[in-house]
This record gives sequence, C-alpha cells and structure tokens, in this order.
Amino acid sequence: MTTARTAPLPPVTEVITRMGHQLRERLAALAIQDPFMIGIQTGGVWVAQQLHQALQLPSLLGTLNINFYRDDFTRIGVHPMVTPTQLQERVVDRDIILVDDVLYTGRTVRAALNEIFDYGRPASVTLVTLVDRGGRELPIQADIVGLHIALSAGEQIKLNGPQPLTLEITHS
Amino acid sequence: MNHHRRLQLTKDGRLRHFIAIEGLPRAILLSILDTAEGFAGVGNQAVKKVPLLRGKTIVNLFFESSTRTRTTFEVAAKRLSADVINFNISTSSASKGESLLDTLRNLEAMQTDMFVVRHDESGAAHFIAQQVAPHVSVINAGDGRHAHPTQAMLDMFTIRRHFGEFAPLNVAIVGDLLHSRVARSQIHALTTLQVNEVRVIGPKTLIPKGIEQMGVHVYHDMQSGLRDVDVIIMLRLQRERMHGAFIPSEHEYFQVYGLTPERLAYAKPNAIVMHPGPINRGVEIDSAVADGPQSVILEQVTNGIAVRMAVMALTMGSYATQGEA
Repeated sequence: MTTARTAPLPPVTEVITRMGHQLRERLAALAIQDPFMIGIQTGGVWVAQQLHQALQLPSLLGTLNINFYRDDFTRIGVHPMVTPTQLQERVVDRDIILVDDVLYTGRTVRAALNEIFDYGRPASVTLVTLVDRGGRELPIQADIVGLHIALSAGEQIKLNGPQPLTLEITHS
Repeated sequence: MNHHRRLQLTKDGRLRHFIAIEGLPRAILLSILDTAEGFAGVGNQAVKKVPLLRGKTIVNLFFESSTRTRTTFEVAAKRLSADVINFNISTSSASKGESLLDTLRNLEAMQTDMFVVRHDESGAAHFIAQQVAPHVSVINAGDGRHAHPTQAMLDMFTIRRHFGEFAPLNVAIVGDLLHSRVARSQIHALTTLQVNEVRVIGPKTLIPKGIEQMGVHVYHDMQSGLRDVDVIIMLRLQRERMHGAFIPSEHEYFQVYGLTPERLAYAKPNAIVMHPGPINRGVEIDSAVADGPQSVILEQVTNGIAVRMAVMALTMGSYATQGEA
C-alpha cells in the first residue's frame, strides 16, 4: 500500500495485522514450520512483538542491537548501548524472520545480517518492515512491507512506542 | 586531578585516553559500564568477534610482567577484530638501551592506533599519552603505585552485575593499600559512582597516611571493618614492591588480616569477595573463601574482557570525524 505524503497515516496496529496475514501466507507457501523471529532494536522489536503474538510463534522472540556492526564507527564512534543483543534460540539452520520498523538505506539490515551470521548460518532470512520509505543505498529489499511511503532525504519517519505505536513524519 | 581530565577527554567530552579514574566524570564511568554490558554477549556468539576495530593496530607495551591483564587486553582487542602486537621489555631493544621515547616513535612509525601500557614507574602511561600522535589512544594497564583503571572498572562492572546499583553499598578494601595501584583506582571509582561507604582495612604500615582525604574510613581490625559490608575486595600482598619490614611475617599477617570463612561471616550474608589476582592462598585469603560460593574472583577475569573492549571502543571512537548523528 502506497500512501501519498499528504494523506493521513493509517493506524499502525491495522498495518501490522495485515502484515501478519501476509507473513502467515508466506510461511505456509514456503513450508516453514518453526521460524525464529528477530526484531532490530528499538522500533523493530515493537513491531516484532505484535507480529510474534499475532502468529503465536512457539519460539522466543530475539532482539538484535546492531551497534557493533554499524559501518559508521569511524565517523561517529560507539553508540550508547542500552539493550544488548539477545538471541536465546539457535540460529544455525533456522528460518529467520528479521523485523525492522523503517527500511531506508539498507545499511541497518546489512549490519543485522552480518551479526546474525556471527551466531551461525541460518537456513533462510525473511525481511519484514513496517515502512519502506525508499532511498536505498544497498541492494536490499524487504519480503513483506506494511507501508510504502516515498520520502525525500530531508524528511524523517519515526515509529513512536511501544504503547501505542504511532508513525510520525518530520521535516528537517 | 585536572591535568588527567584534560589529557583523557576530547574537547567535546569523549574519552580519548584512559590513564586514571581520577578526574573522570561519573557519566563517563557509567558509559564504560553500559558499553561493556553490550560487549559481554559477544562471548556467546559462535564467532566471538565484532568488526568494530577491524584494520586497527593495537600494541600491548608491557614493561612489567603480567599474565591476566595482558591476556585479557589481547582477547578484548581480538574480539573487536583489531590486530594485536605484544611487545615485552625482556625481549625488546629497551634491554639494549633504547629510550622509551625512541621505542615509542618506532612503534608509531608502524602505524599503531593504540598503546596499552604497563610500567613499573608511576606516570609512564601519562607521559606516553602526552607524546603520541593526535590520532593515537593510550590505555593505562598499570603504572607503578599510581593507577590501574581498567581493573577498577571491571571490579565496578562485577559489583553492578551483582547488586544492580551502587548507592546502598558498603565496600571494604583489605590489605596492602600502600603499594596498590588497584586500590587507588578502586577508591576513585567507588567514590565517583557514589557508593554509601568505602572502608580500607589493614595494618598501619600498609595504609598510606592521609588516605582519609580520598573519602574512605580506615580500620585496623577485620571484625569492625567488615561489619555490614556488601563487597570485600582483598588485595595481594605485594612482596616484590616491599623494600623493608612492613609486616612481621606472612604467617602473622594471615593470622590478623587473612580472609577466612570465620571473618567473612562478619560481613553481610550475601556479601561478595573480590580479588584482582594473582591470589596468594594462605597469605591474604583462605582457599575455602577464594573457592567458596561468595567468591566472584573468576567472574572478574571474564568481565575484564568486556570492560576492556568497552574502553578500547570508546577511546578509538572518540576520533570520529563528525559529531553524533
């Protein structure tokens, strides 16, 4: 679903419900039985929590903090580390569902994939994002997208949460 | 002290060198502990590495012997994907008469990004930090009797992991305070992090005069000193630094200041026992305590890796070319 910038943004829970249906169909089509869902800190974890609950996944929800895998260390140094990565489930040979809130340049997803591979070699990775705002700098695309919103470089979209989840667009 | 603070922090307040706890703001100490918390999980990865310092060269410059400190610095650097060169005095040209500054200039010419320095002279790391090129960081791994800041921070990390907060804690540091750079750094860290009370316990000959000015209470007997204490930090009797009669004998020292199960019972029931190592069994600590359920001595060693990773990442990150995004 593509939203014009002037149109009001739909309620986030509604979007996530629809994403849950699409994800369930995809898992069935690919015959994936026991996926391991991982949310990227912080907004991705909020979205993942709702999807995890909607799909009633049996395995624990993992959380990923990609700070130590970012590609801008030499430009901005270490980011404050509030919540470290927690992958309680085995990664090797698992079907991973990687969840983020906003897909933009693709650099966060690149870092997340590198970190996941340092825990083991997964069978597959499905990328799920609440918002795809365009502006990719790397060849990375999501498998399931809640909202397509074309934004210019001077605009930011942010997920506020965790209760309630709301999207906010700002201009710099 | 201000001269430490000026040397250690960048203009915008980031940690550039890590020479001493003294003069560092509480926020910097907390950021080291928080960053270390993130690195603690790296040991659980199948690939125990993060790519943060890939392509950086770190030289371990050890003018004084060390096992666990040098090794944990090396492990920490390697887990950050840096390249590590171990440079020991006994095998270097320093024994052929090369000056410290010449050694330094040569290692710098090999495009070193960081020096981890241990030296038996107080102030050695500070001196080196004043001399290095603008993009190079220096970390003090122990200088004379002055400071051993990463040891103090791994102790703070261990304490926070056990108790969650510093404010309610009573901490006792026991033994050879006079020769201990570890104790000096610990006292600065504990007072900066605002624990309830810091006590030092030991014989008059091993407690420096005027130590009360550092904000500690002095005790000369274990029974009163350990009462209501949450954390007991035992110090090693540093025989190699003693040139004179500080104690009658090791046996007698153990009789009065050795931490036995009976003396441990004076402290709070959930008190933890720490020791920077290497331990002298039967001199400052009884084996039953060192290997007992309240001992966290081996946890300290493990925590040392994450804390040193944090200090390395934060100091190297201070050279970032742009401000915080």
